[in-house]
Amino acid sequence: MITVKDAAHLIRLAAAFIAGMVVFLALRGLLVPKSFGEFGHYRGAALGEIAAQPVSYAGHQVCQDCHDDILQMKRLGRHGRVACETCHGPQARHAEDPGSIVPPKLDTAVLCARCHEASYSKPMDFPQVHPVEHSSGIACDTCHEPHSPRIEAKGKK
Amino acid sequence: MSLTRRKLLVLLPAAAVAWEYVMADTPESSPNYKTTDHWWGMLLDITKCIGCGNCVRACQLENHVPDGYYRTWVERYVVQDWGFENLRVDSPDGGKNGFPVLADSGGRSFFVPKLCNHCADSPCTQVCPVGATFISPDGVVLVDKKYCLGCRYCIQACPYGCRFLNPETKTAEKCSLCYHRITKGLTTACCEVCPTGARQLADLKDPADPVHEFLKTHSVQVLKPHLATGAKTFYNGLDGSVR
Repeated sequence: MITVKDAAHLIRLAAAFIAGMVVFLALRGLLVPKSFGEFGHYRGAALGEIAAQPVSYAGHQVCQDCHDDILQMKRLGRHGRVACETCHGPQARHAEDPGSIVPPKLDTAVLCARCHEASYSKPMDFPQVHPVEHSSGIACDTCHEPHSPRIEAKGKK
Repeated sequence: MSLTRRKLLVLLPAAAVAWEYVMADTPESSPNYKTTDHWWGMLLDITKCIGCGNCVRACQLENHVPDGYYRTWVERYVVQDWGFENLRVDSPDGGKNGFPVLADSGGRSFFVPKLCNHCADSPCTQVCPVGATFISPDGVVLVDKKYCLGCRYCIQACPYGCRFLNPETKTAEKCSLCYHRITKGLTTACCEVCPTGARQLADLKDPADPVHEFLKTHSVQVLKPHLATGAKTFYNGLDGSVR
């Protein structure tokens, strides 16, 4: 017959094992973030944290609220599908506080050339010019209205 | 109370229904946004890309990407022959300020915008030892920078070279497909500023998204399809020389 005394070493082993498990589970509960495993093997709260990053580019829908006249002109011209912030840069802060944050005036010599300087890598059907030959250094907006760049549209020849 | 077999058979489905009910109230990232309604990807049209670099600049400004690192970049290819011979690729500063004009040396030349492919079976998330990088329920591969150790396994694992270690935070970083924008109903910063529509955000779960019509009517390819990563950045007009 087996007595308690005979099994003492087994009980000690079991006690040590249980104590170890308790420490492990306590540490695990303490160290693993609450939302870990909510959607998968990652911290579920990270989704919300990443989504909470502030926006810099407001999106053209926001521009329309105040600048509908310019958007109307742009819509009819060749730049109709170019978003405002493509040229004007990120304007979410301007949209929030239009009074004190004013977008800087743009340098058309740099801006226009970036897209329209001729290069054989560009698609053939994209309008391209050799800037020096085309205007010998005159600013593009001397002749072209950037929001509707076709010269006929401005009534000039 | 004794638990009879009859009671157990009734209680088990009841418990399952109760558990569903508890899980249904789990909060998600944005109040009106349901992650399970979307499956994000992007359409990139090489026949429209002009290499202006607007996307690279917008990405940097929107996501505060440090100088010299890129979440998206543009490559210029010059191919003289059948693709693998005399291939020239350049991407000065990621194409951020456009490309210097190249003398026409014959052959063909084109621009290829690149970014994280948001693979459905992404190699980078598989190797993360701590679960700091993951595929969100709406199909975006994200990095949890609070949880990232900076071990760089994912950077080596990405076959498209889309990841880097942020020198300031010392954590892995990559394109988040502007998760903070798409969950608010906006498009990504790069797609917002693309003047020719060469980049278009695509919601593959939305039947009204024009991407479905495009995929139906065009020969569209992903990068390195032999790797079976389930890439969700679809390229129109992709040349065989592009890696």
